[in-house]
Amino acid sequence: MGQVIVITSGKGGVGKTTTTANIGTGLALLKHRKVVMIDADIGLRNLDVVMGLENRIVYDLVDVVQGVCRLKQALIRDKRFENLYLLPAAQTKDKTAVSPEQMKNLCGQLKEEFDYVLVDCPAGIEQGFKNAIAGADRAIIVTTPEVSAVRDADRVIGLLEAAGFEEPQLIINRIRPDMVKRGDMMDIDDIIDILAIDLLGVIPEDERIVISTNRGEPAVADESSKAGQAYRNVTLRLEGENVPLMSLDVEPTLMERIKMLFGLRAKK
Amino acid sequence: MDFLRLFGREDVSSKDIAKERLRLILVHDRANVSPQFLEMIKSQIINIISDYVDIEEEGLEIKLTRMKKNEDATVPALVANIPIKRIKHVARA
Repeated sequence: MGQVIVITSGKGGVGKTTTTANIGTGLALLKHRKVVMIDADIGLRNLDVVMGLENRIVYDLVDVVQGVCRLKQALIRDKRFENLYLLPAAQTKDKTAVSPEQMKNLCGQLKEEFDYVLVDCPAGIEQGFKNAIAGADRAIIVTTPEVSAVRDADRVIGLLEAAGFEEPQLIINRIRPDMVKRGDMMDIDDIIDILAIDLLGVIPEDERIVISTNRGEPAVADESSKAGQAYRNVTLRLEGENVPLMSLDVEPTLMERIKMLFGLRAKK
Repeated sequence: MDFLRLFGREDVSSKDIAKERLRLILVHDRANVSPQFLEMIKSQIINIISDYVDIEEEGLEIKLTRMKKNEDATVPALVANIPIKRIKHVARA
């Protein structure tokens, strides 16, 4: 029996879909786990595009729930990564087309057969969110080091706890070590201090993510990507391995070198 | 600004501002206190206190904030700022 993990955030645009794609691919690629990713964002599907599988959709989540097709028919097998599947969202319907009860049944069926069922949750805390968490055993919360994203993460953590989720884990996405060093971006400790939650990983801001999304190839498979490395670490931690946080040190800038020369200590 | 920054003299970093703002926002979010609720508390406090003192109603302020409990822990606190015009005689008796 596998487990169902929902990837959520409250705020939109913080990297839920990218995180789902990379963790899903990572588990299949590095650990040879049988993984299915569900796009629960009905009406605004995107996981298919990030995964580069948009041309292979025949049936979707709503078709399965409404009995238009069998579950197996709607699953898209990723030919690049063995054991990786996608269940796309419907694009033309809206979130009321599915109920939490139906999602629960669907997740229950999928975890009979897969090691991991990853649910990419839509932004917000309304019906779409309730659907996405309905069948989940665990939750991963994605945030960025911004006031608005952390605030929404806190709200979602509260809602998840109220729904009976025991220990949601946090991924801090798009951190910029140079800004953290200047004191212009909250660091890992600041965010953990505020949210009081377990940390699953920290993903640095990385241009390669844009490039890999352009191509429809998850960065976790890209050896040269720092964010990809961070996602590989997250994947291993999910599998229970003890992987230390990636070092996010930045090289001293020219100005800092000059300051050091004059004996002025760089600001912490 | 950039000139000051060059010598590392900017006093409060923007991340500390962010953190402090977030903390206050979350005190409100977590307590789930609506402005109407605070208004209700405010009007009842006015009712009770006016029996004993004359207060300046416009200056009355009630807010949810954080207070230091000890060195490193803070707790949410309801802070009322009530300007007093005059103490009534009943209170002195």
